[in-house]
Amino acid sequence: MDLLLAIAIMALGAVVLGAALGYASVKFKVEGDPIVEKIDAILPQTQCGQCGYPGCKPYAEAIAKGEADINQCPPGGDEGVRKLADLLGKEYKPLSAEHGQEKPKAVAVIREELCIGCTLCIQACPVDAIVGAAKQMHTVVASLCTGCELCVKPCPVECIDMVPIPETLETWKWKYPVFEIKPAESRKVA
Amino acid sequence: MLQQLFRFQGGIEPAYHKQESVREPIAQAPLPPRLIIPLHQSIGGTPRPVVAVGDKVLKGQLIGAADGWISAAVHASTSGTVVEIGPRRIPHPSGLTTDCVVIEPDGEARWIERAPLDYRAMAPEEVRAYLQNAGIVGLGGAAFPSHAKLTTAKGVPMQELVINGAECEPWITCDDMLMRERAAEIVAGIGLFRDLLQPQRVLIGIEDNKPEAIAAMTAAVRAAGESFEVIAVPTRYPAGGAKQLIRVLTGKEIPAAKRSTDLGVQCFNVATAYSAWRAVAHGEPLISRIVTLTGNADRPRNWEVPIGMPIDALLPLAAPRPDTDGVIMGGPMMGFLIPALDVPVIKATNCLIAHSPSLFPPQPPEMPCIRCGECARACPHELQPMDMYWWSRAKNFGKAQEAHLFDCIECGCCAYVCPAHIPLVQYFRFAKSEIWAREKERKLAEGAKERFEFKQFREEREKAEKAEKLAKAAAAQAAKKAAEAAAASAAGSTAPPTDAAEAAKKAAIAAALERARAQRAAVQARNTEDLPPEKAREIAAIDARRQQAGLEPAAATPLGKEDA
Amino acid sequence: MQTATSPHIHKPVSITRVMAQVCLALLPGIAVYTWLIGPALLIQLGIASLAALAAEALLLQLRGKPVAPFLMDGSALVTAWLIALTFPPLSPWWLTATGVCLAIVVAKQLYGGLGQNPFNPAMVAFAACIVAFPALMSQWPAQGLTLSFSAQLDVVLGLAPRVDALTAATPLDAMKTALKLEGEHASVQALLANQTLYGTFAGRGWEWVATAYLLGGLFLLARGVITWHVPAAFLAGLATVAGLCWGIDPARFADPVFHLFSGGAMLGAFFIATDPVSGCTTPRGKLVFGFGAGALAYLIRVFGAFPDGIAFAVLIMNLAAPVIDLLCQPPIFGHKREAP
Repeated sequence: MDLLLAIAIMALGAVVLGAALGYASVKFKVEGDPIVEKIDAILPQTQCGQCGYPGCKPYAEAIAKGEADINQCPPGGDEGVRKLADLLGKEYKPLSAEHGQEKPKAVAVIREELCIGCTLCIQACPVDAIVGAAKQMHTVVASLCTGCELCVKPCPVECIDMVPIPETLETWKWKYPVFEIKPAESRKVA
Repeated sequence: MLQQLFRFQGGIEPAYHKQESVREPIAQAPLPPRLIIPLHQSIGGTPRPVVAVGDKVLKGQLIGAADGWISAAVHASTSGTVVEIGPRRIPHPSGLTTDCVVIEPDGEARWIERAPLDYRAMAPEEVRAYLQNAGIVGLGGAAFPSHAKLTTAKGVPMQELVINGAECEPWITCDDMLMRERAAEIVAGIGLFRDLLQPQRVLIGIEDNKPEAIAAMTAAVRAAGESFEVIAVPTRYPAGGAKQLIRVLTGKEIPAAKRSTDLGVQCFNVATAYSAWRAVAHGEPLISRIVTLTGNADRPRNWEVPIGMPIDALLPLAAPRPDTDGVIMGGPMMGFLIPALDVPVIKATNCLIAHSPSLFPPQPPEMPCIRCGECARACPHELQPMDMYWWSRAKNFGKAQEAHLFDCIECGCCAYVCPAHIPLVQYFRFAKSEIWAREKERKLAEGAKERFEFKQFREEREKAEKAEKLAKAAAAQAAKKAAEAAAASAAGSTAPPTDAAEAAKKAAIAAALERARAQRAAVQARNTEDLPPEKAREIAAIDARRQQAGLEPAAATPLGKEDA
Repeated sequence: MQTATSPHIHKPVSITRVMAQVCLALLPGIAVYTWLIGPALLIQLGIASLAALAAEALLLQLRGKPVAPFLMDGSALVTAWLIALTFPPLSPWWLTATGVCLAIVVAKQLYGGLGQNPFNPAMVAFAACIVAFPALMSQWPAQGLTLSFSAQLDVVLGLAPRVDALTAATPLDAMKTALKLEGEHASVQALLANQTLYGTFAGRGWEWVATAYLLGGLFLLARGVITWHVPAAFLAGLATVAGLCWGIDPARFADPVFHLFSGGAMLGAFFIATDPVSGCTTPRGKLVFGFGAGALAYLIRVFGAFPDGIAFAVLIMNLAAPVIDLLCQPPIFGHKREAP
């Protein structure tokens, strides 16, 4: 009898709690961002393809599917990997060397006297940051250039250079205050 | 004085050191051998240079025209020759360079033609434009173009005009001396601002540690027959912060996200009123300002200094002592150590303090925060600096913003009182500039993404259109072929036309390649039209040199002309 | 050229100075305690200070932190003194040393050292020891005990036997036990009439020690080391609940004054609950924190099983401090009229 009672109580509890949970899952359903959007928001939108995918969105989709690792985006840098690791609850790992290294931000600059107006770079630019027409000189709109380097290779006359963006008064940032109390020597390596 | 004063929370009472530099009257600084005048001296757009190297300029001549509404013109501080226009180090904590106009004075100080302006007969917008062209900016330190502050918010009646003579930072006395010696012109300038803004009341706030200035201003107001109220405010740093002074005088608190005009208040520094009046009454643009030279020096004093005077030429006037190891521009609470001594005095330079380790001892090492709350009690904006610090240090910028990071005015009170010697303000500045940079980057990334997606969409569409066209063409071809086949079978004769077509195509490609090669050799920039004459002259000179060197055939036709 | 940024001037303050002022403010209490209760306190202070500095130095070394600046900050010393003042003065030396090590090693350094501990280290030590050694932690010097300094030293060092006659419960504890024993017939007034035990208003000797703590606390207030919020709210919380109970049944509950000046109330209000690291930082948060700690202290000391309730009350409030602060964020300049 006691045994039956215990089973009955447990069963009742299970039913009540199950119903409550079921109700909650319907009532409080969160229409959250799909994970791809969240990953895409972290990626730098350089559209450079260094990750091996034709753009940031495809790479985001590949990460979401588990096909790609989180450390394949050099423009996103170390911080990007950390953010992705945070978002996906994965272990942080350093940028993978085969996909390239983190470089200072740069923009493409066309040496105008050399440009033959072939439009190949215009076709290569993933973000429409190069203006010009056939047989007309082309130029890069610096403020729109993401520094993806995709235009450099196609140029038949090698007139496109990647120029690092110099620090100006407008882009200068206050540095992180230096800690004067530093870990002892023995711990520095870690 | 029946004025009811309010008080702001927090604040500190540091050692003021103001007596040192008020013993002697303001003196005129001598002309240096070179004037370095940065084009970017105020908040907002960088003025465009309107002079060229080699030009003779007159004192007060425009050398940089304002670029946009939030921007103020820049003028030659004396007559002479422009010897250089290019990047030079300026007084900025970064030590970076910006374009400067370097003038070699001829020693004659010949003025441009000056004429007083009958501003009462002019429309307010004309007066504002005049002040913008006269380069009038806030001289309290922020250097915000003043004309842009001389408009009222829509639908909000202007209640109080607050004139800031508080000068709360230690060591600085330039406003104090200006009020003592030139009160009448300050009051006239305040009258100009009053006429433009039409406030109900004009309140002049001066800290009560400057009785001479208060007396001089009161007398000047009475002499001018104005109804301005000169009010002594309790001496407490940062009483001279615009928001704090407005709070003390009017009881209004301006939130970070709003302009003071939204609450019917506007605030100007006394020196700004003075220079605005000089511009209007004498036609003199802002080409000099009062600078306090003090600190670790034997002859501290206030000097009227031409804008652009290199600090290494100015500093010896104060006879700095041998152990001086740097120069602070601004006050010790908010100023910064200038990156090098060859930087010039700019419109925002109110004070130069010779720095020595004995006068400004270095901070002991930073200790962990013990959450004692001293910073919160000292904060004039009633923030919780220890929380802002916690998040800024952890680079959790979202949380830092939630803790009202952007309400911080960086007055330094928190870092001043911190028993753990934490450089709190540095953390806040770091977090703020990092947040701004990220915001910018995020916007760029968003734009890039949008354009990328649009390009993909466009390519898809083009592909689809092409496929459709091809399909149509193929169908037509098939129909034609069928017809031809029918005809051929009827005629019985066959000819291979493909070879001829192929050969023609090849010839065309070869010709195209040849053309491209020729063009590459003869290529020339197309951006040579519509240039200012000096640029055109320059290009012509370069071309001439090139020709001389035999680099370029003179007969080469520019691409642009060929097309035309 | 210098590269430091503003502000270039600083108030001559440091954590060491803050801690030194706290120690200074404890001196009147220590003096009265030594005079009226027993010089064994001085022995305990010595043991605790040594143990604290040793433990702190060792842990800093192990954690790879610079030892000198953190040892000099004085926070370990304050913790040690609070432990010496809250432990029975005739406790064996190892009990004090264990308490101090618990406080420094577990409650402070393992959480990240200075500024990182979520709980008041001294109170963690007190709570752990009273649970682990309930008998030893209840052996307070008997009233009118006259034992020479060297004899007390022998007891603390374990060289002389720990005789029952030496020790008794605190007046607060004695009152609770007596009220419990007498049950229905209990009368606080009758008990308080026994002046050899209960003194003039809150326990012979102890009432003056508490007064001396109050003086030290007022010194801290005057120096701006602490703000009025926590002590005032703490005492208010304690007095409010005590007054409520006393008003309901004056025969079974002692008056608020007795509670304010007995046990660790004054020490707790000015020196323990005011610990900034583990407490609240916002003004309103401090009021809630102090009031809660005071009220809880009364409930625990009167209805609970322990002789006093300060330690547990403070620890419970430590636990709630972050949430209290979150809910008590003060309005800021220019945003006061906005809806929260």
